[in-house]
Amino acid sequence: MIRITRKVEFSASHFYHNPNFSAEENRRVFGKCNNPHGHGHNYTLEVTIAGEPDPATGMVLDLKELKDILQREVMDRMDHRHLNYEVPELAGKIPTCENIAAVIWRLLEPKITRGKLDRVRLYESPNLFADCTAASANGAGSHA
Amino acid sequence: MKLSLTRRYDFSASHRLHAPQLSAAENQRIYGKCNNPYGHGHNYALEVTVTGPVDPATGMIANLRDLDPFVEREVLAAFDQKNLNEEVAEFQTTVPTTENVCREIFRRLQDFPAAHLERVRIEETSKNSFEIGAEDFA
Repeated sequence: MIRITRKVEFSASHFYHNPNFSAEENRRVFGKCNNPHGHGHNYTLEVTIAGEPDPATGMVLDLKELKDILQREVMDRMDHRHLNYEVPELAGKIPTCENIAAVIWRLLEPKITRGKLDRVRLYESPNLFADCTAASANGAGSHA
Repeated sequence: MKLSLTRRYDFSASHRLHAPQLSAAENQRIYGKCNNPYGHGHNYALEVTVTGPVDPATGMIANLRDLDPFVEREVLAAFDQKNLNEEVAEFQTTVPTTENVCREIFRRLQDFPAAHLERVRIEETSKNSFEIGAEDFA
């Protein structure tokens, strides 16, 4: 099996706020990320597909096709958007790195028709990233 | 699907690779310039990966407001700007190779209360890295 990875970057704003928490609790749990005016990141997304190369093309999945899927499913939804207000899939969720990675996994998985989605890695900054991978066969470690 | 969160930290430290039970010549042969008696230093990059359920109230596996001070207290305060051989108790009896540094950092972080410690990965330089997973740590 071969794994191929495509990287894209998008820029978006967000803030963390749980309406069920008091103002004080929001500040305590989320710190400066609770600033209601929001703040932004340059996100880097790495998407890995695993599979056997097609003998006719030598490719697991044409990277151009993957690029188009990422454009449609991720970039068009999230690039230069406010993640709290403009991405319906994140409605009602705190737009943390973990939640965004999980949403991206769910958006991409059904669109990958050759090979299998193996990993979604989302960097919020060079010092913080979330990984989403397929759960092991027995479901252990699944935190969906 | 399975989710993990990885946080990257930096620390700078010096070390010397030297096994006291070996002869000077053997140390030199095995460790080469890393055996230089006065030691040398690295800018280490430390990646800490945790797994666990995402708390719906916070959207988080672990709050960095908990993880950062824990790593600071358990590791960075003891390792950053230190001589690992002289100033970290563990390395008075084991050689501070980055394999052993990985294991020691995993040991120090494994009781993080808010999530499961899944992996510790260290880049000693931009050209080499070492990692230990929960399944390897025993």
